[in-house]
Amino acid sequence: MSFLNKNVSETQIRLKDRLWLYIFSYIILFLLIVPSLVVIPMSFSASQYLEFPPREWSLRWYENYFFAWKVENGFNDWMQATWTSVKVAVLTIFVATPVGTMAAYGLVNSNSRLSKILFPIFISPMMVPIILVAIGLFYFFVQFKLVGSIFGLVLGHSLVAMPLVLIIVFSALKNYDMNQEKVARSLGATRFRAFREITLPQIKFSIISASLIAFLTSFDEIIISLFVAGGDNSTITRSMFLALRDQIDPTIAAISTILIVISSGLLIIIQLIGNKENKKD
Amino acid sequence: MTIVEAEKLNQKGLQKVASNERFTFFGLTLPYLIMVTALIVIPVGWLFYLSFIGRDGSFSFENYERMMKSKAYIRIFITTFKISILTTIICAAIGYPLAYFMSQLSRKWANICMIGVLIPFWTSLLVRTYAWLVLLQKKGLLNNMAIEMGLITEPIKIVHNTTGTLIGMVHIMLPFLILPLYANMRSIDKDTLKAASSLGATPTRAFWTVFFPLSLPGLLAGLLIVFVLCLGFYVTPAILGGGRVIMAAMKISSNIELYFSWGAASALGVVLLVVTGIILFIASKLVSMDQLGNR
Repeated sequence: MSFLNKNVSETQIRLKDRLWLYIFSYIILFLLIVPSLVVIPMSFSASQYLEFPPREWSLRWYENYFFAWKVENGFNDWMQATWTSVKVAVLTIFVATPVGTMAAYGLVNSNSRLSKILFPIFISPMMVPIILVAIGLFYFFVQFKLVGSIFGLVLGHSLVAMPLVLIIVFSALKNYDMNQEKVARSLGATRFRAFREITLPQIKFSIISASLIAFLTSFDEIIISLFVAGGDNSTITRSMFLALRDQIDPTIAAISTILIVISSGLLIIIQLIGNKENKKD
Repeated sequence: MTIVEAEKLNQKGLQKVASNERFTFFGLTLPYLIMVTALIVIPVGWLFYLSFIGRDGSFSFENYERMMKSKAYIRIFITTFKISILTTIICAAIGYPLAYFMSQLSRKWANICMIGVLIPFWTSLLVRTYAWLVLLQKKGLLNNMAIEMGLITEPIKIVHNTTGTLIGMVHIMLPFLILPLYANMRSIDKDTLKAASSLGATPTRAFWTVFFPLSLPGLLAGLLIVFVLCLGFYVTPAILGGGRVIMAAMKISSNIELYFSWGAASALGVVLLVVTGIILFIASKLVSMDQLGNR
């Protein structure tokens, strides 16, 4: 067992002295990943009750999610909520990404005094307890009849997605040499053209990951949706939360499985984009 | 025109360009500023105002007075702080060794482990909470396994109470602690440890006198982020607490959904905001804001 005597740190700790740390860390990593995956086998269970492991298998909860029509109104509530979520999340990309990117560009270039004042205000949506933001928006939207509207949801979700876009693009621009734009402009390009043709191609991967994160943030958002969404425009997370609070419907396991697939897929894309950008420099 | 005069003119021109530039950059941040002002500053300010309006519509402190006198509210404050502090401590106890472990690995292996931290970070909070509900319930995997292994004879109650809430919250908060802590530990110069051990320090001593103090800013940033997020938590305690664990955010929500009592909800919200603000202020004094944002 000579590998146990291998040095594993700068201070000559041998592997056998640190075996406990390895085992502990792998157990924690296991506990971080695996519990969420339990919903996958659950979603294929034939039983109404939450049994694990399931005794019989079926696709009935997926059928219920995709094809169950409510007798009263002829709608599939789950599908309708899913479409609302998709619509809102896509629109959130188109609001949060440009607004956040513009602000990041402005902050990076402006003097430090202004950015010191603005930065805390700009990341305040991450700092103020989200429940407070939600009831504040609810009160505000009631006055403008925006409760239950797609527009209201997009505004609310953009608010929580913008700080993430800002931070990602801001740090990308910090690592970027702005003098390249100056060169372009000294050669006669306008500021906008210099940005579009010199800066944008170099930070485009950061902007793409920022927009994917904006999508995911909106798609997973619950608290604001709980107050601001309503009527025909419930989001999928809102419907799931309300269903979970009342009774345990295994359809939620099927939806959860689909959500895990979507978010892991997006995460992989974001990581790949990150790798590409790192390789470039 | 002398050279001096020409230079003056030139300088004036440059100043004008510079001030134009500043104006452009400020203009670019305007849409963001307007959105934050319209959607956070004004609504939250309005709630602040509402919290000081009594039942008869005049200025009063009655919302706050009622809160301080009511046993139910005091219990909510205690629960909120208890759950937040316990979650933070457990996260630190689990997260510190894991972040340390990852910081000692090669970049490649650390990135692989990082996926393990990031997957739960990006998996919907609702999905993870639901998964714990499935695992921890009476006929869930955990109880079944414990019974099969003969550890217990009757299923024990680990969900719809404080234990279940804590398990779920630690699982959700752990990445928020690990990310800043890991970034901080990576930036520690390993030569300092080599120096310590070449001067005769044992590995344990080198860790506690060199590495640990250097990792404190990251740990502190992580602890404060977790604590602040816990204070305003809603979804996980609402589902895993089964109505027995009532935290401040849940009370705010029920005040509005069930009782339409905006004054009481706003007052509780203002208390939550002030506590959060104080903690973040202390945090910004202790750790630079850049580090907090550096996720």
